[in-house]
This record gives sequence, C-alpha cells and structure tokens, in this order.
Amino acid sequence: MELTLWTYEGPPHVGALRIADSMEGVHYVLHAPQGDTYADLLFTMIERQQRRPPVSYTTFQARDLGGDTAELVKRTIAEAVERFRPEALLVGESCTAELIQDQPGALAAGMDLGGIPMVNLELPAYSKKENWGAAETFYQLVRTLLKPQLPPPGTPKADPSRWRAEGRRPRVNLLGASRLGFRCRDDVREITGLLASHGVDVAVVAPLGARPADLMGIPTADANVCLYPEVAGPLCSWLERSFGMATVKTVPIGVGATVTFLQELHRTLGLELPAGLIPGDDGRCDSERHSQLPWYSRSVDSTYLTGKRVFIFGDASHAIAAARIASRELGFQVVGLGTYSRELAREVRAAAAELGLEALISDDYLAVEAAMAEAAPELVLGTQMERHSAKRLGVPCAVISAPLHVQDVPARYSPVMGFEGANVLFDSWVHPLMMGLEEHLIGMFRHDFEFVDGHRSHLGEGAPSAGSSGASGSSGVSLAEPPSTGAPATAGELCWSSEGEAELAKIPFFVRPKVRRNTEAFARERGIGAITDEVLYEAKAHYSR
Amino acid sequence: MTTTLPPPIKESGQREVFCGLTSIVWLHRRMPDAFFLVVGSRTCAHLIQSAAGVMIFAEPRFGTAILGERDLAGLADANDELDRLVAQLLARRPEIRTLFLVGSCPSEVIKLDLAKAAERLGAQHRGRVTVLNYSGSGIETTFTQGEDGALQALVPLMGAPETGTGASTGGGSGTGRAAEQLLIAGTLADAVEDRLVNLFARLGLDNVATLPPRRSTQLPRVGPGTKLLLAQPYLSGTARALIDRGAELIRAPYPLGVQGSRAWMAAAAAAFGIDPALVSAVLDPLVERGQRAMAPHRETLAGKRLFLMPDSQLEIPLARFLSQDCGMELVEVGTPYLDRQLMAAELEQLPPGTQLSEGQHVEKQLERVMAQRPDLVVCGLGLANPLEAQGIATKWSIELVFSPIHGIDQAADLAELFARPLRRRGALTFT
Ligand code: SF4
Ligand code: SF4
Repeated sequence: MELTLWTYEGPPHVGALRIADSMEGVHYVLHAPQGDTYADLLFTMIERQQRRPPVSYTTFQARDLGGDTAELVKRTIAEAVERFRPEALLVGESCTAELIQDQPGALAAGMDLGGIPMVNLELPAYSKKENWGAAETFYQLVRTLLKPQLPPPGTPKADPSRWRAEGRRPRVNLLGASRLGFRCRDDVREITGLLASHGVDVAVVAPLGARPADLMGIPTADANVCLYPEVAGPLCSWLERSFGMATVKTVPIGVGATVTFLQELHRTLGLELPAGLIPGDDGRCDSERHSQLPWYSRSVDSTYLTGKRVFIFGDASHAIAAARIASRELGFQVVGLGTYSRELAREVRAAAAELGLEALISDDYLAVEAAMAEAAPELVLGTQMERHSAKRLGVPCAVISAPLHVQDVPARYSPVMGFEGANVLFDSWVHPLMMGLEEHLIGMFRHDFEFVDGHRSHLGEGAPSAGSSGASGSSGVSLAEPPSTGAPATAGELCWSSEGEAELAKIPFFVRPKVRRNTEAFARERGIGAITDEVLYEAKAHYSR
Repeated sequence: MTTTLPPPIKESGQREVFCGLTSIVWLHRRMPDAFFLVVGSRTCAHLIQSAAGVMIFAEPRFGTAILGERDLAGLADANDELDRLVAQLLARRPEIRTLFLVGSCPSEVIKLDLAKAAERLGAQHRGRVTVLNYSGSGIETTFTQGEDGALQALVPLMGAPETGTGASTGGGSGTGRAAEQLLIAGTLADAVEDRLVNLFARLGLDNVATLPPRRSTQLPRVGPGTKLLLAQPYLSGTARALIDRGAELIRAPYPLGVQGSRAWMAAAAAAFGIDPALVSAVLDPLVERGQRAMAPHRETLAGKRLFLMPDSQLEIPLARFLSQDCGMELVEVGTPYLDRQLMAAELEQLPPGTQLSEGQHVEKQLERVMAQRPDLVVCGLGLANPLEAQGIATKWSIELVFSPIHGIDQAADLAELFARPLRRRGALTFT
C-alpha cells in the first residue's frame, strides 16, 4: 500500500484508452464501474477532442456482483460491435474488474464477433501504470494484426537498404505518437517533413491517426523510427526480433539529437550522408543552421543564460533530451535530472551520470519537489506537477513532458522535435527566465518616479506593477489587494461597516477590488454613507443587470 | 400530486457518471481540519485528480492509499499497511482532527472492512483524531452521493440537544421541550451559508446549525426539536439518519433560484410558526431584487429547450428553476436515481408532461439528444465538447457543485451560468 496525493500516470487501462483514442476504427470494451468513465474527460477536455473516446464501459454496480457480471460483459461487447462496427476490438478490465475475474477477453474470444480481430488486454492494474499500459496495448494490437504475416523462424533479416534494389525511395514507420503524449501531433508533422527533405518516405504513422489496416502495412517499411520509446519501445524490439526490422532509436529533440537522428537514419537505411550532416573541422554540421537555436544561443543577448541552474524532471525521453539541450546547447548547468518512468530508469541514470548527477527515479511528486528545493534551481523543466511545485518555490518553469494540461495542447504549430522543435524549446525555456529577470528589474527600479504610476510590462496583468504591491515573489501573480481606488476627495465620507467588510472579504481576491469599486460608486451615487452587507448586495444586483 | 408527469424513462446501460469519491473535492474545502483517505487503486487517485482539474494544493487534504499486489494477497497485510500509512500521514499532518477512510470499489470487492479499520485506528489515535469511514465507491454511489455517505458517518457523533433551556427560537410555541433548532444539511459555499443564516436571523430564527460544519469537530446537535432543512437534494441517507435521531424533515423545494429559495426559507419559517407577514416583509424585497437581476438572463433563456443528462442529482431542482424562473422548456430531465420523497416538492412544480429519465444508457440518451436537438444540454465533462462539436451548447454540471448558487441573492448568478454558453454561441462568428 502506498500513499499517493497526486499521480504522474494513470492506471494501465488509461494507457490502453490512449491507444484506442489515437486510432481510427478501434473500439475498446472496458469492464469497469461507472466512476471510471472519468477517463473520457482526459480526451475531451485536455485534448479538446470533438468525439468521445471509442470506449464502452460495462459500468457494473454492486447489485450486479451477486448476479451475472459476465453476462453484462458479453452484452456490452455485442452492443459495441453492433453499434460501432470496429475494425479491431480491444477487450479489457480496470482495477476493480480484475478482482472479480470475469476474464472479459476470454469471454470475447468465445463470442462470434463477425471476424473482427480481438485483442485480449491483460493489464495488471495493481503493479503497472499508464505508459506501460499504452506500450503493451500498442504491442499486443500490432502483434495480433501481424500474426498472419509472421515470417517463419530462420528467415534472414530484412535488409534495411533493400529499397535500392527495389528501385524506390526508402521508407520508415513513425511509431509511438499518441493522444495525451507531449506535442505528438506537431512532432509527427515536423519529422515527416524532415524525412521528406532527406528523401525518406513515411509508410505508417501509428498509433496516432492509424487504422488497423494501416498497422498491417508496418512490415512494408525498411525501418522503424521509435519516436516515443515509452509507447513504442516494446513494439519496436518485437518487430526487430520477429520481422528483423531495424530501429532508429535516437529521439530527435534538440539540434544535436536531430542531427544524430538523421545520421543514424542514413546509416541504418544505407543512405549516403549528405554534406550537411558531416561535421566540419570545428565539429559543427551545416544542418544545424536549419534551426535558429544555435545562433540565438551564441548571440550576446544569451550571455546571461550561462550557467543558469536548471532542474529537469519528466518522462524518460523528454527528460534525457532536455538535459542534453540544457547542458550542451544552452549552456545551462543541470543541477537535477529525474523521471517517473521506471521502465526507462536505466537510460535516465546513464544520462545523469554523464552530467555528474545521480538520477531521481520517483513517482512521488513530494520527493521531486524536495529534490527541486534542495537543488535551488533558477529554472525548472518539468511536467504540470513540477510547474506547481516551482510556482510554490518561486522559480520559473517550462513544461516539457506529460502529464499535460489543456494549455500544453496549443492551437499553434509547436513541435518539440526536429529543427523547428528546437526553436520552440528555445523560446519556451528562455521566456520564463526573461520574465523572472524583468520582474527583478522592475522590483529594483520601482522607487524611480517613472514607475510610480504602475509600470505595465508586456506580461500584462500577470506582472506585479510597482503601483500595486511589490510584495509578490517571482511567481508572477500578485495576490495582494491594491488599496481602494475610490475618488480620493470624497473617500472620507464613505465607510464600510464591519458586516460590509466581512461580506467583501468572502469575495475571491481577484474580483474583490472591482466589487469594492463598484459598491463605492453605487453608494456614492445614492448618497449612502455606510456600506453594509445589504448595500453590497444591492450594488451586486444593480451591476448584474 | 405528481400525476401530471408521465412515468420516467428507466434505462440501464453505460452510465457516464462520476463515482462518490468525487465529492471529496468540495468536502475537503468545507472542513479544513479533516483529511479524506481513499483506500483504493491508482484509478481512484487519478479520478479525483482529474475531477479536481488543477493540482494547486501542495499537500491536499485528501489522498489515496493505493492497494498493491502484496495487499491483495492477504487481508491481514492490508490492515497492517493501512495502520502504517495512517500513522505516517498523521505524523506529517498534525492539524488533522478527523480522518475519513473512504471505501472504493477495490476495497469493497476484496471486502476490506473499513468500519473495523476506523474503529481500530480511532483507538490507536484516540484523543488526537477521530477516524470515520464511508463508501465513495462507484459500485455503490454516484458523484454527489459521496457527500451523503460522509455526512451519515458524522451523524452518530452529533450530540443530543440540551433540553428545556428556553433559549429557543423566536415564534416557537413549546416551552420545557427540547430546544428547537433549524438544522441545514448539505455543503454550501461559506459566503452563501453566512447570508442564509443571516436572513434566517432576520426572520427571528437564531438557532440555526449546519451540517457539515466548518470545523469537523464542531458538530451540531440533533434530536427532538430539530427541524431539518435540506440544502442539497442528494442526502437521502443523511436525512434518514437524522430523522432516526428525532429530527423532523421540513418539506420544501431546494434553494435554487428566486422562487425555490423563497419557498425553501418560507417552509422553514412556517415550521417554526413564524408569521407569514414577517416572511414577506423580509423576503419579498429580495425576491423583487433577485428577479430584477435575473431579468436579462431570463431573456436569453426563455423559450430555449433544455436537456439534462443524469449526473449530479441536482438535475430536477435545476430543471424546476430553469423552467419556473427562467422560462426554459424541458426536453428531458435525467437523474441518476429518483428519490420521490426528497424530490416531492420539486416534482410537483415541474411543468405537466415533463419527461424524467432515471438511470442511463448513454448511447441511447445521446441519440435522443441528437434527435431532439435541444438548445442547451447540462452534462458531464466527458460529453461536453463532443456535443459542442455537434453544434449543441452545453453546461458542465460539475461547475454547479463548486459554485455559490444557492439562495435568492445568487439566483441571477445561477441563471447566468446557463445563459453564458448561449450568449457565447451568439457572440462568435468567423465570417
Ligand atoms: S469507480 Fe470505483 S474504482 Fe473507479 S475511481 Fe471510483 S471508486 Fe475508484
Ligand atoms: S515592455 Fe516593459 S517589461 Fe517588457 S521588455 Fe519592455 S520595458 Fe521590459
């Protein structure tokens, strides 16, 4: 038993849901109680999906437990198949159903599903978590669909440069992009474009946007690109073992990693390295000029970034990539590196060791917060959880990894992979540091007369202005309430009764000044001297008209 | 009395409703000296986190004791583990006075006896913290029913009233009997509660207590002479438990909207024999003002067609408010379950012919939504965007349990919550 206040990952069936929701034509029947339907909102609210995730929950209740919950499972499967006509069916259970052992997958196997491929998902809810569930589901689904194509044992490995003999362009699969993953939608577009500019086609993108039939085309590619190891790692190794397909493993986040990725890709496919990917005498590749990051980082304006202490925490791939970019490409000093992805802990440990650090492997956000405080960073790169911790510690933060929130799914194109991704990272990491710096300057100069009237920075309402209160830290939000700005000459005639003040105090701080102003204006207009709670309510009714 | 309503549609199938654990999200704010410890799975932890939306609390006053494989192997283990975890938690959070052990589906299916655990832990930490238990599991409870469970757990701790003090309420007739008091049950926003208590005082009702209290240790008393007024419609079990203790249930609609809130207060006043003339003198100006404030929203809402999906159990009172005060047309009023006794005063005010539905088969219900094309659907977060994408305006029901919406003075704010999505649709254009 383990005490958890906030959690980085959901249960494994949420991972399965992410695979189902990423794809078209897949439906998931989940044996689970009604409360588990909360998972739908992750997709419809955080990702703003326009359709409900393709899942049917059995929503069994206590009174069903005495009776036949197995019958309920079968009814739900039959109805889902009839209603949604999926091209592939996932059948599984959540934590509670695992305990009652109806074995929904076995039940489905005994039903006539009209020949739809069915995957029996057994995701141990009491030992595994969301990313593991996503990876396992993706692997099981592809394995089920590719079973008929399995080459007999002893078949020689597929040659990743066979495209040459076949007289066509090389092609690869992009694997692992999924819903609720960090910036997957834009990363896929960025990497597809990058590959195209190097003469490489994309055969299958999966799971994001794929249909079951597309997955059957996976072996037609010359190699797999494991874009998101958390989701595609196990599948890529299986494809390597069973189909002899090569895997490109470098995750192309950051300028250096993107160049390394391209080099690995060319080597794997037997493509000749273009000049831009061959390091010159100074060790630089011309290709790096496709991103602004190297120049922006070298420009004098960035001198102040030197040695900034940065604390990094996230899923393994994004944390490792962030550490490389921070230390090598931005000249930061990495003072902490960690992950909640236990499955990839080894890789994170290695990356940390390279920086002379010991990796923090933990899914206890309080332990992460403590490590963060201990490291005394000037910038935090983390998940939404670290964003909150950093805010409490008064340290600027940029989000680099899932778990995500609605603001991590921006409307604009903002990949983190490839050369454009590096530009995005430069902006989104350096910006919070600049905000911190500016606030510092504003604090320093706030006694100068130019500032007295309340300097408004381009940060808008978020930045504390000198006129209000200098008390707030670098969190960017001033919680202190500015003094009443009622007409100065007549302010003396107005007074707030204690009930009036008490009532006012109950109004949320961010609207309180406005309510105070309105109420005073209202009282003045009517010649009311003492503002009681009643007057406040009168004013409220007046202004809501 | 409700013969004008056709029989409700009764459905079973997929229910798109939160479980009772969700109510922790507002209960922990109401009682800052209490901690809610769910004994459950990672799913339970993830549900509360997702329903709460943002993780703004460094150390929230709720958490989940996540069962692991080792706990499932043997029950003795699970109890020891729970003891260890609770000791650890209490050491870290010395300010906690009441600890609620909250049962979940997994803890119930493995028959982990949390009542016994609460007793044991209560003895271990006696004098320092009171340990209670209730179920918020999805196999037993929906959404707001969690609060019903939590309040029921508090009832046995409520003392009996002191008798014959005479310092009872104004207008009361009894002398020498148990002191009369008005007991308001159901979580209200603190500011709203203060306002309502204040208004009752103007009616001459000074002896007003609330459940849950703001401090978990300051429980109101209950017994003969207690008149129970429900502020929330989902407290069936709590009401029963309080009635068993001698309280008398006041029959009233719920304090949503101008008319409902007035009737709610008037019913309480009548129960204490307060002169209706005084009630009118105090409340009618508020009613008039409330209606004035509500008028612009009524303009937006009148004649618009409303569909309520079953979710928070507030659906029937809301439907009554939106038709009675705001002139909306009711297409279908869903409710997770129908408690006819607690809804009696509401049901009789629904327009004749109102179609209720009880339980849910979400696919079929959504088919009805698409067929009827209402102007506004009240629904859970999972369904809102998909309906908006189909061109149907929605209002999330979860916002209603977090917002101060009760009482005459809040009626305009409540109406505005429903008018806003419609106004917004009208305000947007991309051509
Ligand atoms: S429905 Fe049950 S298992 Fe799911 S979150 Fe609620 S209590 Fe936990
Ligand atoms: S707008 Fe103000 S805060 Fe922003 S850079 Fe210019 S001086 Fe600084």
